[in-house]
Amino acid sequence: MIVASEVMPVLINTVSVLVGLCIAVGAMLVIASKVFKVETNPMVDEVASLLPGANCGGCGFAGCAACAEAIVLKGAPINSCPVGGFDVAKLIGAVMGQEVSETEKSFPFVRCQGGNVNCTTLYDYEGVEGCKAALMLCDSRKGCTYGCLGLGTCVRACQFGALSMGENGFPVVNKALCTSCGNCIAACPNGVLTFAMDSEKVHVLCRSHDKGKDVKAVCEVGCIGCKKCEKECPQGAIKVTEFLAEIDQEKCTGCGACAGVCPQKAIELR
Amino acid sequence: MADASLFSVFMDGVFLKNFLIVQFLGLCSFVGVTKDVKSASGMSGAVIFVISMSALVSYFLYTYVLVPLRLDYLTTIAFIIVIAALVQLVEFIVRKFMPPLYRSLGIYLPLISTNCAVLGAVLLNVMNEYTFIQSLTFGVAAGLGYTVAMLIMASIREWSNVVYVPKAVGRGVTYAFFIALIMSMSFANYFKVIPL
Repeated sequence: MIVASEVMPVLINTVSVLVGLCIAVGAMLVIASKVFKVETNPMVDEVASLLPGANCGGCGFAGCAACAEAIVLKGAPINSCPVGGFDVAKLIGAVMGQEVSETEKSFPFVRCQGGNVNCTTLYDYEGVEGCKAALMLCDSRKGCTYGCLGLGTCVRACQFGALSMGENGFPVVNKALCTSCGNCIAACPNGVLTFAMDSEKVHVLCRSHDKGKDVKAVCEVGCIGCKKCEKECPQGAIKVTEFLAEIDQEKCTGCGACAGVCPQKAIELR
Repeated sequence: MADASLFSVFMDGVFLKNFLIVQFLGLCSFVGVTKDVKSASGMSGAVIFVISMSALVSYFLYTYVLVPLRLDYLTTIAFIIVIAALVQLVEFIVRKFMPPLYRSLGIYLPLISTNCAVLGAVLLNVMNEYTFIQSLTFGVAAGLGYTVAMLIMASIREWSNVVYVPKAVGRGVTYAFFIALIMSMSFANYFKVIPL
């Protein structure tokens, strides 16, 4: 039988030890929090909580926390986050007391249509799966040294699943999933991907600066620098430099005349 | 166990009773922070500090408070309070002096407080009836063992980013556990072949 007079001292001991321990620990932590105090700006935390938190680096900062810090403390634009887009910029603007106007989204597009079908493959590549590794091994596994290697480095760089390797051996962009963070563009060792605005209708789908004859030898759809588009364009928006047509998007009206005359079908009108 | 030599206590902590890959304690940080060597070493530093400090504090707490008052059934809860407080202290220090590390460790730093490895180390001290010097040695050794395992794991995972890994082995956490399995087999059997 338990007698109260036997239990009480144990109970008092237990409670006093635990309470004493907690008070000692608490006092130590209070002192430590004063000694090791870090000054933080509450606005930084507020902005950081609005950002998507993907830490993709699309803004050019180390992560979402760094981006929030840059926006609040270093005066980076409130629409710095390409992933959050207009909605997030609006929320951040409310915190920062700034108005924001909607900017047009731009998406990566593939400036090559060589792939497996149109472009010759020099050798069977077996090794580390990645374009950078293939380029380190040899100049290119494709006949064309400018084009897409099709080993999917950009597909793996995308955190949002917006890129996939198409049937023809070059990546396809899914605009619904794309957040314009630019990771794929940074990852491509050959510079095949670039940003393009949605309103820009006409694009040259080739990067090859080789002479026409060399291009024709390896690729069925590469730009041969024939200058037909340059002559056809009513706006004078196309210029062929070093056997590659380039479009001045500011002059281009999207009439599509160039795409019609291109013998190689290297100009896309969308 | 009071007669065990300091060397064998030390080797126990680092290899034979390695908390991560022999006893499988503290696996959340083992898998979570070993994606790169930098954050793994930062985490290891924090853990060495927390384990040695808790070995020290818990020894005094146990020997001079809990045992004389016959309150040894409070061991676990009292140790948890001590460990949690020390982790909080580490968090303050890391946040103050190493903000980039603080950001890269993120959630895993507070997780040391629930880290079974730390509690395991101090409880083993009590169970083995180590003296003060032995307790401290075992604490430091446990921290070093944690560091060794973390660094090997982080190096392997960093290198695996550039090599071909079969699909069957997987990527990420699955792959991490696969490495942990192989490491654990080698660690557990190494000192059976070469007895200390």
